[in-house]
Amino acid sequence: MTLKLNNVTKQFGAFTAVDHLSLEIPANQIFGFLGANGAGKTTTFRMILGLIEESGGTITWNNGKIGYEQSHLIGYLPEERGLYPKMKVVDQLVYLARLRGMTRSDAQEELERWLEKFKVPDYKTRKVEDLSKGNQQKIQFISAVLHKPELLILDEPFSGLDPVNVEMLKEAVIELKNAGTSIVFSSHRMEHVEELCENLCILHHGRPVVHGKLKEIKRSFGKKNVRVHADFNVEYLKDLPGVTKFKSFGSSCELQVENEEVSQIIFKELTGKGFIRTFDLEEPSLNDIFIEKVGTSYE
Amino acid sequence: MNKFFIMVVQTFKSRVKSKSFVITTSVTLALILLLTNIQNIMEAFDQGDEEGQTTEISVVSEEEEWVSLFEEQLLADDSFSIEKDQSIDEARAAVEEGELNSAVEIKMGEADLPEAVEYVGDGASPAHSESIQQAMQRVKMDAAAEKAEVDQETITAINAPVAYETIALGDEANTPEEMQQTQGLVYVMLFLLYLTVMMYGSMIATEVATEKSSRVMEILISSVSPVSQMFAKITGIALLGLLQFSLILGVGYLGVQRNSGEGSFLEGFGLGDIELSIIGYGIVFFILGYFLYATLAATLGSLVSRLEDAQQMIAPMIYLIIIAFFISVFGLNAPDTPFITVTSYIPFFSPLIMFLRVGMLDIPAWEVVLSIGVLTASIVLLALIGARIYKGGVLMYGKSSSLKDIKQAIQLSKKEG
Repeated sequence: MTLKLNNVTKQFGAFTAVDHLSLEIPANQIFGFLGANGAGKTTTFRMILGLIEESGGTITWNNGKIGYEQSHLIGYLPEERGLYPKMKVVDQLVYLARLRGMTRSDAQEELERWLEKFKVPDYKTRKVEDLSKGNQQKIQFISAVLHKPELLILDEPFSGLDPVNVEMLKEAVIELKNAGTSIVFSSHRMEHVEELCENLCILHHGRPVVHGKLKEIKRSFGKKNVRVHADFNVEYLKDLPGVTKFKSFGSSCELQVENEEVSQIIFKELTGKGFIRTFDLEEPSLNDIFIEKVGTSYE
Repeated sequence: MNKFFIMVVQTFKSRVKSKSFVITTSVTLALILLLTNIQNIMEAFDQGDEEGQTTEISVVSEEEEWVSLFEEQLLADDSFSIEKDQSIDEARAAVEEGELNSAVEIKMGEADLPEAVEYVGDGASPAHSESIQQAMQRVKMDAAAEKAEVDQETITAINAPVAYETIALGDEANTPEEMQQTQGLVYVMLFLLYLTVMMYGSMIATEVATEKSSRVMEILISSVSPVSQMFAKITGIALLGLLQFSLILGVGYLGVQRNSGEGSFLEGFGLGDIELSIIGYGIVFFILGYFLYATLAATLGSLVSRLEDAQQMIAPMIYLIIIAFFISVFGLNAPDTPFITVTSYIPFFSPLIMFLRVGMLDIPAWEVVLSIGVLTASIVLLALIGARIYKGGVLMYGKSSSLKDIKQAIQLSKKEG
């Protein structure tokens, strides 16, 4: 149960949307697929789904090509939400599930289970247009997973949801992963990616600029964050060699340093000057890595 | 169930249940019931004032013979009652008072033949005056015949219509009667196809555009291939059309049958004994024509991103069918002109025009086969191109909605963009 992208390229005329992308996504895994707007994420998803053909390279699922015969194995939550506004929830979810090879009674049973799980059983006979945006989002999510896909593509699944519902959907995603689903997860919310994904890839101009295990990515990134909270002014730290970024919040500040040695120099600089409430050496956040990798390439 | 049929059934069901379908169909059916029962309805209103329906007139003349002859003629129509023994002044006074509808004075005119003057009051009816005039005509003819000493048999012989019959010689010639019948059928079929393309063509385009604008298309297209999706829509709407037409024909048939009593339904339209082969050709060309235009409609519908643009996008299709319709109306009167012959092979016109030629002329079989071949080939070709455009088009969202998008849509569906 592995999704493999091997040297996949997609060109639209002279424009290269995806450039030699190679990925491997095994079962029981949530793979983070990140990138700025227009980086080629949606194009990649559409190629995985077979909606557009790759210009070069191969995409395989269990060593076979993905076609309409496999559509019952695949679930897709597109970034642009799409449901029939005037159709009842039960009618359209059963219809969409049947198009993915489910029987009517199975689909109905499964739908009841999901609606119950998301605490919205009374929406079954409501029209989609009458639901709030967040609740439409839940229905959209159900439409992607109702037919028990083995490969699930989630493009911004939590947008427009309140924190309670985000937690609810996050739990559902983790459950699906534990049940053996391969999940491709795309989001601009880095904290969600850090929480859910072990492996990830950051796409920039169609090319993977970061790719691998989250922990290793952080380690190999080298730079660290230092958080200092002291009773005296620490503004002077910003001019120390090896400090790449400095953000001040009154008496506390956040620094990015080139490596761990720099943090030791900072520690020495601080000692003896007064009372230090916090001195914290942290791994860089995914957000930092993303901004660094995608931001610098713009220059 | 096969995905294709699930989609066909869904398209059909959602349309049948829609308010617009229920309303248009029931309004049409109500109109048909009204039309087929129009005679009963009018009679029901007439019964209310039957009293006033009898026209009371007075006849004044010095010639007893003319009066009785006139009476005999007019009383054949039982809506008249005739007063005789009045003087003309009395009669005129009665008309002025409103007691009588009119007074007729028959006088001796030129060459001893009768002449008449009708005095009418307010609210005189032209239909009644006409009946009176006709009755007078008979009186005059009889008087003239008597004067010339012509016997009754001769008069009957003169008045009898001439025996006239047309006999067709050879295979090629159609009798005018047959021509008229075929012309009737061809016209009905032309109009039906025109109407179908107009109604259901735009329905297909909006159906596709709705799914696209609600973005559900991206999910659909990842489950079902664009070709089967496109033809599922076309078939679903075709079933809907079949249902609607059957309802209309069924209700129309019942209405006509119940009210006319005698004669079959088809005879009512002058289509009593039409050749079966013509109906067969009609069905074949109708189906081919529907699929050709429906494929075009689905393709065009896939190019718009907003529902409001759908009508604008299918305008070229509407123009095509309007042009085809006008050419065929012209062709009804001149089916054997070279212009009609040429257009009967052009795909978008041939369903109408080749059928017209088959119906009205005796053309060799190979011409029909060739035309059906050209038509089938263009449907396949259009379906292939259409599926291509459809596949790219449904993933394309933008403000512009013009035919230029076709190029972009094809590019999107290609391997090398």
